[in-house]
Amino acid sequence: MALLEVKNLEVYYGVICALKGISFEVNRGEIVTLIGANGAGKTTTMQSVVGLIPKRGGQVLYNGKEITHTPCHKIVRLGMTQVPEGRRIFQELTVYENLLMGAYSVKDSSGFKNDIEAVYTRFPRLAERRNQIAGTLSGGEQQMLAMGRALMSHPDLLMLDEPSMGLSPLLVDQVFEIIKDINRDGTTILLVEQNAGKSLAISDRAYVLENGRIVLSGTGKELSESEMVRKAYLGG
Amino acid sequence: MNISNLLDCSVMSGGGASFGDKLADIGRELITIIINGLSVGGIYAMIALGYTMVYGIAKMLNFAHGDIIMVGAYAIYVVMLISNPIVAILCSIVVCILMGVLIEKVAYKPLRGASPLAVLITAIGVSYLLQSLAQIIFGSDPKFVVVYDFGAINILGVRIQVFTLVTLAVTVVVMVALTLFVKMTRIGRAMIAVSEDKGAAQLMGINVNNIITVTFAIGSSLAAVAGLFYLLKAPTVSNTLGAMPGIKAFTAAVIGGIGSIPGAMLGGLLLGFVECIAAKITVIAPYTDAIEFSILIIILLVRPTGFLGKKRREKV
Ligand SMILES: Nc1ncnc2c1ncn2[C@@H]1O[C@H](COP(=O)(O)OP(=O)(O)O)[C@@H](O)[C@H]1O
Ligand SMILES: [Mg+2]
Repeated sequence: MALLEVKNLEVYYGVICALKGISFEVNRGEIVTLIGANGAGKTTTMQSVVGLIPKRGGQVLYNGKEITHTPCHKIVRLGMTQVPEGRRIFQELTVYENLLMGAYSVKDSSGFKNDIEAVYTRFPRLAERRNQIAGTLSGGEQQMLAMGRALMSHPDLLMLDEPSMGLSPLLVDQVFEIIKDINRDGTTILLVEQNAGKSLAISDRAYVLENGRIVLSGTGKELSESEMVRKAYLGG
Repeated sequence: MNISNLLDCSVMSGGGASFGDKLADIGRELITIIINGLSVGGIYAMIALGYTMVYGIAKMLNFAHGDIIMVGAYAIYVVMLISNPIVAILCSIVVCILMGVLIEKVAYKPLRGASPLAVLITAIGVSYLLQSLAQIIFGSDPKFVVVYDFGAINILGVRIQVFTLVTLAVTVVVMVALTLFVKMTRIGRAMIAVSEDKGAAQLMGINVNNIITVTFAIGSSLAAVAGLFYLLKAPTVSNTLGAMPGIKAFTAAVIGGIGSIPGAMLGGLLLGFVECIAAKITVIAPYTDAIEFSILIIILLVRPTGFLGKKRREKV
């Protein structure tokens, strides 16, 4: 049974159809990527799956349990956490307070010290800046904070929406390394990227999204060798 | 009608005209203005906090907020008929919280995501609804209610009504408690998160509807306290009791920077001082309201976000 199963998901913005019935699944332990150009519907997919955007039709199953109409704030408690597009850290709070917000859904606070130390170990820059106002961090540090904040909720499935967006090439490499690390430590990953080359390289499987439809799917290796993907997303 | 007109906090001036006496007179006037200003400003700040917190979190102007003050004052009036002031005050706070939360659930929640104009018009409608209901229930003649007579004391030759000091003390305690609540508690931090980014807050597992309810409850309980302060100053309730203070406090919230808690305190104190100073100067006293609203306009021209308001950040 897949950890996350999305069936015929349809989403509209007013009369505009953004997702025309897409289906995909993520198995436990995998890194799965949705690649697609700007405006293909990647963010719409990520946000409608967790209930941030209403769905018109289709079904979402998590661990075999129907969560199609579960409100967004309850989904975190099931073990599914999202690092949203544009990071959306709480700019007025400190780094530490942002991590505290990340642990908001965790009932038992006894593990908090260990969790936060684990995040500081994974992201040493956050430890250095723990009392700094998050809005004053650099783009790369904000991305680290967004990821650290998400990890505070102990996700089984971590969803990342364009984590490499707007970062320098060096930082992009670092972010992909961290994603691989998080996966190796046992967290399943659903990744959305425009950076097809790097994301396919770390993916077990991937889907190609175009104009609200999935047009291709396969293993990361298959897709990075596919003629169509090479032409459209890998620059020849 | 200004709160300061109701204040009986006059200087007991001596008959002497020597320079030293004049100086002492000015000193006493200053003490009067400072104490009155702080106390009137504190009340405005208390009401302004309700506007600003609801705006910050639900992104709406709750125009009916001022009328919650009136609801609280009537609640005190009714309970005082059968019980003592302490019970009356507690009942008033409970009634205001229930009323605030009810209004949010019935009138505003269904409009979540609707255009701001629709929400604003609804809020104005709720305001008139409350005023009309009060008129139907209690009639249009003001009701008289003395909650408690604290009397007056002399400080450095200035006669000061004790309730002014009580108001001041309660205001300070409430402000400090509220600031600590927002900064130090889980719910308080969730309020900051929701005010910054509702979507991201939901992704953290925060139930935004619950946070909005808590916000309305806090704002309404502060309005209840403001209602009590009004009754201490002027022992009559009418159905329009909350209208003008509501607008003034809204002005205070905007001057301070709508959405900002310290801004509401600052704006409230500023208006309180302006009002108390203007009331002392005979020539401009009748124009106090006009002066206050002019200050609002000038400040908004110079600093559209108010003193402590945040500049709108562009989403990445
Ligand atoms: N809030 C919105 N209102 C209307 N249309 C939107 C909105 N958000 C996204 N869209 C449209 O939906 C489509 C998919 O957008 P999105 O999911 O953001 O794409 P991606 O994340 O792949 O760049 C685009 O055509 C976009 O213009
Ligand atoms: Mg996107």
